[in-house]
Order: sequence, then C-alpha cells, then structure tokens
Amino acid sequence: MYAFDIERPTRIADAVKLLSDSSESQPLGGGQTLIPTLKQRLAMPERLVSLTAIPEMQGVCLSDDGALCIGGATTHATVAAEAGAYPALAALAANIGDPAVRNRGTIGGSLANNDPSACYPAAALGSGATIITNTREIAADDYFQGMFTTALDDGEIITELRFPVSEAANYQKFDQPASRFALTGVFVAKFADGVRVAITGASEEGVIRWSEAEEALSKDFSADAISGLDLSGDGMISDLHGSGDYRAHLAKVLTGRAVSAAA
Amino acid sequence: MTQVSMTVNGKTVSGEVEGRILLSDYLREDLRLTGTHIGCDTSQCGACVVHVDGKAVKACTMFAAEAEGAEVTTIEGMANPDGSLNTIQQAFQDHHGLQCGFCTPGMVMSAAALLEENAKPTEAEIRDYLEGNICRCTGYHNIVKAIMAASGQDVSAIAGE
Repeated sequence: MYAFDIERPTRIADAVKLLSDSSESQPLGGGQTLIPTLKQRLAMPERLVSLTAIPEMQGVCLSDDGALCIGGATTHATVAAEAGAYPALAALAANIGDPAVRNRGTIGGSLANNDPSACYPAAALGSGATIITNTREIAADDYFQGMFTTALDDGEIITELRFPVSEAANYQKFDQPASRFALTGVFVAKFADGVRVAITGASEEGVIRWSEAEEALSKDFSADAISGLDLSGDGMISDLHGSGDYRAHLAKVLTGRAVSAAA
Repeated sequence: MTQVSMTVNGKTVSGEVEGRILLSDYLREDLRLTGTHIGCDTSQCGACVVHVDGKAVKACTMFAAEAEGAEVTTIEGMANPDGSLNTIQQAFQDHHGLQCGFCTPGMVMSAAALLEENAKPTEAEIRDYLEGNICRCTGYHNIVKAIMAASGQDVSAIAGE
C-alpha cells in the first residue's frame, strides 16, 4: 500500500470536514473492498477517513411511517441480526461474503462502492429505498448510475438508508463461490402499488430493474406470470464465469424463485 | 503516524503506527504475536481471523488504527489460564483437526466465535460458518468433527478421515 494518514472522527460533521479539506481524502467504511484495493495499489489516497467510529451512523430502527432505517456504517452482521422487520433484507445481509467479512463490511460502504455484483444494490433498488447523505436524500432510482458509479459527489457520505418495508419480498442469489459475490442475484418486492424487480451481477450497467417482469408481476404475482418473458443477454456481463445469455437466463430463473419464495 | 492503544489478550498495549499498518502486521511485527497467520493477505483464507470486541474479523483486512480502544483476542489468548489447551483447541488435537496447521489459528478463532453465537451447531451450520476459512490440506472433515466435539456433541458415529 502507498502511505496515507488515517482519521477516525466520531461525528458526521467532523468526517465531512476531514473529507472536504483535501481532494485526496477518501472515506473508509468497513474496508472489505477498499483495503484489498489499496493493497493492489489501485488507489492512492493521502488520507482515509474511517466512518466506523461514528455512533450516529450505527444501528437499525423503524421510523414512524414503518420504514426500516439503517445507519450507513452498520455492519452486514448487524443488519442480519436486527433487520427482522424486513426479513428479505436481513436474509440478504446474512449471506454476504463470510462471517468475518460481515462483521466489518458496512451497508453504506457497499452502496457507495456499487460493485456490479454486490447484493445490497439489488435490495436498495428493488425496495425503492432512499439513500440519505450528509447533504440530501436520493431515491434509489436516481442513485445507481452504472458499474461502480453513483450519484454521490466527492466527499459526500451515506449516513443512512431508508427501506420501505414491502408486503412480500425475497432475494435469490446465485453464488460465485470463489468471490462470494452474486454471479447473478434478484430482489423482488411486492408493494400495494406494484412490484419491483432488481437484478444484480448481470448487466454491464450494474444493478438494473426489469420493467417487463415488474409489469407482469404487478398483475399476477406468481412465477408463471414471467414464464413467457424473454430477457435478452445483450448488455449483460460476459466473463469466464458465464456468458451474457447465461446471466440473463439466471436472472429469469431467479426472479421466478424469488416470487415463489415471497408469495 | 497514529497513536494506538488497545487491549490484546487482556493486556493493554500501545504504540505508534503508520496509517497503512494492518492489524495483522501490528500483532505479528510489533507485538510479536505470530500465531495470527497471514495466508493469502487478500481476505479469502481466514488464517488471520482474530476477535475484535468479541467479533471474528480478518486481521489482514482491518487497519491497526481501527482497533483503537478495542478488545482484541488472538490465538495466543485462547489457552486456559494454566496454559493447557482450551476445549476447542483440545478437540482439534483429539480429532486430528489439523494437518499442516497453518490455517488452524483462524479455524480455532472462527470456531470460538461460532460457538459463542450457537452453542450446538449442526454440521451444516459449522460448514457454513467456516465459509471464509480455507484449509489448503482440505482437512475440513476433521475440523468440523472437532468443532462438533468441542460443543459437547457425540461424534462417535462420524467416521474419521
């Protein structure tokens, strides 16, 4: 790793100030992606600002309107243990990486990184979550802007996530066993006003919604409702683990399984 | 340089570290606690698992400065106060839960974290929890058996490897 300083502020305001002091400052969540990246010398920050010592960014609670609120620096293990009000989300968190990774990795870090195969982007987009930063609230539909790209500005940090709790939801992950990321994963959530379907690990655009499936499932929430749909492999990731067509096929199968498990 | 202070195996330690010093480096190089092994250094293998505030973490994927104020337990802190092996360590010995031994510190630390959460895990739960601990000798069978035995379960019906 290149040399850098590390700071551990205990208040959001202090973290924001440290990040705005220098353009070479970078926020550090649980570090489960950033630290391996630094080891490979793929990043060269002068200063890391750790967000894990900030109490106001920790924990899970229910808001008055029934939404599940999760602090940006909350670990996957804590979400798995404490997000029982949204079982599909708790189950998703319980299946990220391995236990030691879940004890460090954070939901805000995962969403800020927006890995195209990460699990949380599917939950956030599939639930229509709100990403709350130190300056604004961003709807999930506006937040994800392609692989490793988000609406976040430099120095802007995710302080909280707000998930509307759906009537029924499920996440199906087809593991890539070496990386423990999703080879493809699908999050399906049924709300009073319609169904949302988000696919991770497949598109070259990162996490995407599958609008044809949403339309069909909003009329008939059953796995049969999507059996006639055709999801194209164009624009899907092709690599040594699977072709674009294979991923498109997986996405359709997993959507059906998620609907069956949620219904 | 950053001043750090933490409790390691019950003793308060402190020192100055560079920001980029990993917890695994600090334990091994500064404190000379070389029981924490570095296998892959890429968060895959789990040989470096230690407990930070009671939670199993990969010491190669956390900076020493992030452990400021934390209670850290390494494999050196696992034996009984009289120096004898603790229940999990003894079970690894009794059931030949190691071959070359390189992954063993991480296996024991993960096993201890699992049994803290789940006192009587099934074989499937043990294998699931050890997802992030890799044994290059592929000696998983006896490791799983040792952990079942350490949790007080009868393993006499499970064949040896």
